Amino acid sequence: MEQALSTFVRSIFVDNMIFAYYLGMCSFLAVSKNVKTATGLGIAVTFILVCTLPINYMLENYVLKEGALSWLGPQFADVNLSFLAFILFIAIIAAFTQLVEMVVEKFSPSLYASLGIFLPLIAVNCAILGGSLFMQQKAFPNVGVATVYGLGSGLGWMLAIVGMAAIREKLAYSDIPKPLRGLGISFIITGLMGMAFMCFSGLKI
Amino acid sequence: MGLLSNKNKEVLVGPLSINNPVIVQMLGICSALGVTSKLEPALVMGLSVTAVVAFANVIISLLRNTIPNRIRIIVQLVVVAALVTIASEILKAYAYDVNKQLSVFVGLIITNCILMGRLEAFALGNGPWESFLDGVGNGLGYAIILIIVGFFRELFGSGTLFGVQVIPQAFYDLGYVNNGLVILPPMALFVIAVIVWIHRARNKELQEN
Repeated sequence: MEQALSTFVRSIFVDNMIFAYYLGMCSFLAVSKNVKTATGLGIAVTFILVCTLPINYMLENYVLKEGALSWLGPQFADVNLSFLAFILFIAIIAAFTQLVEMVVEKFSPSLYASLGIFLPLIAVNCAILGGSLFMQQKAFPNVGVATVYGLGSGLGWMLAIVGMAAIREKLAYSDIPKPLRGLGISFIITGLMGMAFMCFSGLKI
Repeated sequence: MGLLSNKNKEVLVGPLSINNPVIVQMLGICSALGVTSKLEPALVMGLSVTAVVAFANVIISLLRNTIPNRIRIIVQLVVVAALVTIASEILKAYAYDVNKQLSVFVGLIITNCILMGRLEAFALGNGPWESFLDGVGNGLGYAIILIIVGFFRELFGSGTLFGVQVIPQAFYDLGYVNNGLVILPPMALFVIAVIVWIHRARNKELQEN
């Protein structure tokens, strides 16, 4: 329980997907033009992370890892399928993205229209595959902690993109040097926000 | 059409500057930032991405008339994931230390937007040879940005290049210190912002309003 809580807080603030690892930057920069769309994408990403992490955790520990297949019988004890991890993880993620796309299209056509191409592209959002790969690297003790990690990473990503969108809405009124408008200034703002988030990195939880 | 006609040359050279994947098309930014605190991983990452984009482009271009439109993203992901798995196994075998430094970013080549972007925008509509050139061009355009950022971050952050001491000891004796901030993640963003700034100041047609 204690570990779950600390993983949750760490994954939102200390190991924030965007400010500590720059994962999911492409859609972060492209969809952060207004707060409403950004919130919608943030929720979708969080949902997919929460769904895919436990499944990928099971796959990793009961199918892919060295010796993971030993529940089938002793002759499988030294089978190591970990080279298949990338393909399986991405297949699970792509399937869930398809599902979310259908749900959003059915229940919120306006959100569906405003997210446009970035909804199917959640499948190739680095933050989601990154979540699964970090899960593999961090070797969580059980599936609960892995799920909490997914939830935390998703909320951290959402926090970042909503904050960014709010700043960019204000930015429309400011006088920025021409060559720096758009992409350039977004990079600088992300950098400044990242520095602010760095003050969490000393936290011992 | 010759192997290197004018159009093909444009396909190859365009992405290096005027149509650069990172600073103009806004693709593949995630990994461009994560691996550039040292020059060596930046170089290895650039080369791996170039190889994967080039071959993925060729394979998708060969298959483009047989892939049903509805499931094309999944087909693309499987092709890319297979190529990245090969690249990752090769790196583990021949460059283990660099592979350790790159950590999850090798796997994240799969979700590198350059791959999907180029597959969707180019390989689905062009022949294998043009697609190969497009892949090489975009991969190299990506590698150039990585190398520039890696160069400055390693020079100012650690005083080394490729792990070799460049800034002489005499400077340190006079009171020069490495700038620890440059090693930390946010500085990569500032370096790229400066590159974007210079690039757009020189190419006025790219400026946004």
